[in-house]
Amino acid sequence: MAEKQIPVRAGIKSRRIKVDNLTRVEGEGSLLIDVQGGELRELKLKIFEPPRFFEALLKGRALGEAPDITARICGICPVAYMMSAVHAMERALGVTVSDPIRQLRRLLYCGEWIESHVLHIFMLHAPDFLGYDDVIGMARDHGERVKSALAMKKAGNEIIRVLGGREVHPINVKVGGFYKLPEKAALTALLDPLKHGRDTARDTVLWASSLDFPELTRQYEFVALQHPDEYPMNDGRIVSSRGLDIQQTEFPDHFEEIHLPHSNALHAVRKEHRSAYFVGPMARYQLSRDQLSEETRALAKEAGFLRDVNNPFESIVVRALETHYAFDEAIRLIEQYEVDGASSVPAPARKARGVAATEAPRGLLFHQYDVDERGLITRANIVPPTSQNQFTIEEDLHDLVSANLELPQDLLTARCEQAIRNYDPCISCATHFLKLDIRRD
Amino acid sequence: MNKPSLAVFKFASCDGCQLSLLDCEDELLKVAELVEIANFPEASRRILPGPYDIALVEGSITTEHDEERIQEIREGSRILISIGACATAGGIQALRNYADVDQMVRAVYPQPSYIDTLATSTPISRHVKVDYELHGCPINKYQLLEVLLAFTAGRRPQVSNDSVCMECKAAGNVCVMVAQGEHCLGPITHAGCGALCPSFDRGCFGCYGVKEQADVESLFVFLRDQRGMTTQQAVALVQSFNADAPELKVIASDRKWGRRREDRPE
Repeated sequence: MAEKQIPVRAGIKSRRIKVDNLTRVEGEGSLLIDVQGGELRELKLKIFEPPRFFEALLKGRALGEAPDITARICGICPVAYMMSAVHAMERALGVTVSDPIRQLRRLLYCGEWIESHVLHIFMLHAPDFLGYDDVIGMARDHGERVKSALAMKKAGNEIIRVLGGREVHPINVKVGGFYKLPEKAALTALLDPLKHGRDTARDTVLWASSLDFPELTRQYEFVALQHPDEYPMNDGRIVSSRGLDIQQTEFPDHFEEIHLPHSNALHAVRKEHRSAYFVGPMARYQLSRDQLSEETRALAKEAGFLRDVNNPFESIVVRALETHYAFDEAIRLIEQYEVDGASSVPAPARKARGVAATEAPRGLLFHQYDVDERGLITRANIVPPTSQNQFTIEEDLHDLVSANLELPQDLLTARCEQAIRNYDPCISCATHFLKLDIRRD
Repeated sequence: MNKPSLAVFKFASCDGCQLSLLDCEDELLKVAELVEIANFPEASRRILPGPYDIALVEGSITTEHDEERIQEIREGSRILISIGACATAGGIQALRNYADVDQMVRAVYPQPSYIDTLATSTPISRHVKVDYELHGCPINKYQLLEVLLAFTAGRRPQVSNDSVCMECKAAGNVCVMVAQGEHCLGPITHAGCGALCPSFDRGCFGCYGVKEQADVESLFVFLRDQRGMTTQQAVALVQSFNADAPELKVIASDRKWGRRREDRPE
């Protein structure tokens, strides 16, 4: 990324911040910020999570193995990987799943949004706003809030357990549908905890909206799926807040991954201008908030958030709103579910290419596969959300550091960590833990 | 009495096994009363210096730096427990042990020279003494709690050494291999999941790894000769998530079936 001049501020021209470990993120990495003579010499979000070569080890595997294998890219959002994989394969094979299967997949995704968002809001992000090292410390003063958060997380995980078999790396997702459909009774048993969770999510939104948000407002190009009938999860066109509106198959024409020496993750950019873009809850909210349920929209209004959100620190509120919506949607899907038809449709092999993007909790997740007539994968390409947000995170940090050079060292460092957590980065996905190293003279 | 200190370390992995600790929604706060969470970067900014009483290690060794780091962790830990398929058997990324890793790097990264990796992905026990191994991709969170409680109390963990078949019978499932003709690794796979896949009408794909003294070769020959799997399919099925398990060497090192990288003649 081109290095930009930081405006010289009176008295403070050079700073060097160094923190060895950035914590409460998923995976391993570091941040290096070096300011000298009022000039930002270096800003690198360095990912040193060791590479695992999924795209290479998928070659020669059966196409039906893609959901279970790619789930292992990320223990936090395995459902997202499974969903993008099965949709891509079904498109390659020309298979359309039945409506009940489609609805169950959306329900499974609701479960993952809930567990992942609640994990991030309370265990990873909220301690920054409230000044704790971790959720355990926070629980000493906010015991009831933490306990009710854990109950929400459990309700989301229960959806995945009932429908998918287990919370981490579920086993019931297959190309063409599911291995086994759930009994209606098993799902309706989830309704009470889900309704309770929806009430807690409501409190969470109002509480989150009352937090102090550090100032940072930027003009982003938001990118997310958009669907005419629903808030995006599994389906939709890829649209941006700057007018992009494409089919999923066109993704490679408009986005590309570039490889920089400091990182084991590839950085994705908009091809046209090699510019940064923003995926995740704020992008979905910007582009599709009209599709949220009436209750969630009313709640957003009550919280003062039924508006454009351009301060990434406010993402915690948007994540809470999406959590409320995911509860609402899960309840609706369970109430209308009837066991109907086969658990899957046949998916015979043919030589083809299939692509699919779905909305992982932390943003757009793109998969592309070439398969041959024997049903073996000949080529795979996966673009995870965190590699797409990496440039945007670096740009946020650039603006944040340049506007806050007068802050004491420990505060500025903590602020930078908090800014990275705004993105709920999953470095396991992008390859994988951040180590913060901000240098200033 | 001081609470024992707990540290959680990560190597090449998906984070799913350490997440299992945070997924103990009903037990997490009680665990925090029982042990001092001294070093758990995914969950806390507070990193207390070692040495630690109990270290949980997730992930496999895939870089030179990590080869050194695991030695330091071992020296700084009284009890070292490796958790999950990556830490106990190399993980799915150990499939590289059977392939040309340079080709893999070139297949994924446009600038291969920026990537620093070893040719193999190996379990923690290949590098240091491990006090206990908990299998699974991912581990079972209740087994993790049992292991933590056991070591805190100074007793051996009560974790079943049976195969998935035993759990499947106990669950009252009809055998999916016999009745439905599914390819199932239940007979050779470590128990722990509760026979999840057969309970969902699919064959076990071995994510809990190969059970001690399992007759891997017989099942493999059965799948190939009786069930018409091709060599490639059978190897792929058995190797997937625990690719560097020593028990699989008997298969993988056989000339007919594919060989480990280190066993190949130059």
